[in-house]
Amino acid sequence: MKVLVSVKRAIDYNVRIQIKPDGSGVVENGVKHSMNPFDEIAVEQAMRWKEAGTAEEVVAVTIGPDAAKEQLRSALAFGCDRAIHIKTDEPVQPLTAARVFEAIAQKEEPKVFMMGKQAIDDDSNQTGQMTSALLEWPQATFASEIELSGETAKVTREIDAGLETLEVDLPAVITADLRLNEPRYLKLPDIMKAKKKPIEDMSLDDLGVEAAARLETLKTTPPPTREAGVRVESVDELVAKLKEKGLV
Amino acid sequence: MSNKILIIADHLDGSLNESTARAVACAQQMSPTGIDVLVLAEDGASVAAEAAQIEGVSRVLQADNAANAHPMAALLTPQIVAAAQQGEYSHVLGPNTTFGKDLMPRVAAKLGVAMVTDIMSVHSAHEFDRPIYAGNAVITVGAPTDQVLVASVRCASYPAAPGGNSAEIETLSLDAELPGHTRFVNLEQASSDRPDLQTAPKVISGGRGVGSEENFKVIYDLADKIGAAVGASRAAVDAGYVPNDMQVGQTGKIISPELYMCFGISGAIQHLAGIKDAQTIVAINKDEEAPIFEVADIGLVGDLFKIIPELEEKIG
Ligand SMILES: Cc1cc2nc3c(=O)[nH]c(=O)nc-3n(C[C@H](O)[C@H](O)[C@H](O)COP(=O)(O)OP(=O)(O)OC[C@H]3O[C@@H](n4cnc5c(N)ncnc54)[C@H](O)[C@@H]3O)c2cc1C
Ligand SMILES: Cc1cc2nc3c(=O)[nH]c(=O)nc-3n(C[C@H](O)[C@H](O)[C@H](O)COP(=O)(O)OP(=O)(O)OC[C@H]3O[C@@H](n4cnc5c(N)ncnc54)[C@H](O)[C@@H]3O)c2cc1C
Repeated sequence: MKVLVSVKRAIDYNVRIQIKPDGSGVVENGVKHSMNPFDEIAVEQAMRWKEAGTAEEVVAVTIGPDAAKEQLRSALAFGCDRAIHIKTDEPVQPLTAARVFEAIAQKEEPKVFMMGKQAIDDDSNQTGQMTSALLEWPQATFASEIELSGETAKVTREIDAGLETLEVDLPAVITADLRLNEPRYLKLPDIMKAKKKPIEDMSLDDLGVEAAARLETLKTTPPPTREAGVRVESVDELVAKLKEKGLV
Repeated sequence: MSNKILIIADHLDGSLNESTARAVACAQQMSPTGIDVLVLAEDGASVAAEAAQIEGVSRVLQADNAANAHPMAALLTPQIVAAAQQGEYSHVLGPNTTFGKDLMPRVAAKLGVAMVTDIMSVHSAHEFDRPIYAGNAVITVGAPTDQVLVASVRCASYPAAPGGNSAEIETLSLDAELPGHTRFVNLEQASSDRPDLQTAPKVISGGRGVGSEENFKVIYDLADKIGAAVGASRAAVDAGYVPNDMQVGQTGKIISPELYMCFGISGAIQHLAGIKDAQTIVAINKDEEAPIFEVADIGLVGDLFKIIPELEEKIG
């Protein structure tokens, strides 16, 4: 079985982001970037299939600038066999990303396309669903457990009401939620080995993908802030305040 | 240009999820010429009746199909696409519940259009604010005006549109081919008599500081005392103290209660992303440096195991 995994470069989740004073975006230069945490979980899942002998080959794919190679190298250090880099310096919105992934999936013919449920920069939560729609494949989003058996997958999904289990025919797109697994820490020898693994470069043109109509970002602003309130010293004071506000 | 809006109803076990009325409230700000609610169910009569009461709704479209017994994006999408085209809608909206998050991007891709996730404020029918970076920045986006706009509504940003309406209900037959590649197996619902976390006016939540599944009892007891729903941080869910559907935050539920009272939660940005719209945040934490105090309206430094019993007693 072949598995494809998408890997997005995003500002590290520990960074407190800064908004540019002119509202043109967030400060990205000189800021630590990492693999989107949900994509790490997706990669980890593919590795577990590989180690269990369920997956023969795992291919990582990213769309992004040169710097995104760093995240592909991380994916290779996890144990992915090879990687594909679709190079573009323009930010790619989900529908365009999905068209790229559709083209890659048609070329690579994986049984499972693992993706993160959302990228923590733009928080769109769209790309996996759009990719499966374009491919006419089943989708199983927000996965917290995946059981593969031959031509189908049983996926447990974290939804508002609880845990839902779906059975989907393969090939399918599955998007990873937080509790699917805990990604391993990368070890130096693996990082060294990853340097020798192949990365294939491509462009949107090579794939014959046309960028979709975009949403235009008009400005970026800080969210409405909450003022820090008061500190109370005792439960009595707390109860008094709550009663004052009519909350208890 | 006329803005004719279709809203996809979120429902479970024959009752309408309140998120639908919140999406209607958002749609009303887009200068609509009409707002229709589409109910896709096996037997949608009770849900449609509820939807017809929402103020601002022009029509409820009820499309019954045995395949809709359990909502699956791959099966609902072709029906929604058919309904959207049949009705010549300019906008197709859904709530940003897990139902809408799973479904709406698939609908957008099938219509070949971009999608706006999490509308939190409406400037015009094609210009919106939405949060990025776990709500640490807000972008204003302009969507193309020459194509259908698909979007999800950030429910915490909109109070539910009130009831009192009696919109007409029409049955709709949709000509759509449904795939057989996705099958429902089961739904494990955490049964609880407590108020629903997403809509409750009061929420009490606990984090890693609560320490164990057994200890969470003190949180439940306090919640029951004041009629609150119960939430949790990711750390508490990961540690197995509580089920996943109780997680509040960037990747859990985003809520806007009147009162959010949290115990033993440090206040990571991912958690704060879920509670920014709460009217009053009360934090109890033994670490006076905990970041939760930076956003709390009322903060009390101390041991939750000492404070909760005293609080229960004094609330009376
Ligand atoms: C402040 C800001 C302003 C922006 N302004 C613009 C703008 O004006 N115009 C514009 O076109 N874009 C802009 N972007 C970028 C762009 O909107 C997002 O990167 C894009 O929408 C993707 O959304 P997402 O990453 O949240 O996708 P999601 O749908 O949340 O991603 C889900 C999953 O899809 C996969 N995935 C998605 N994208 C990639 C990728 N590139 N490579 C590999 N895997 C991927 C990953 O597995 C990811 O976990 C902006 C982004 C930011 C943060
Ligand atoms: C991609 C991503 C998404 C995430 N999404 C979410 C999300 O949706 N929701 C979420 O919550 N988190 C999310 N997180 C995790 C988040 O970063 C934090 O790790 C998490 O919120 C911490 O939970 P906590 O506050 O319970 O635990 P901790 O940070 O460990 O805090 C425990 C607190 O309890 C206090 N405490 C301990 N004992 C007591 C006592 N006896 N009395 C009083 N106080 C006590 C401590 O002082 C401490 O402040 C996400 C992380 C990532 C990377």
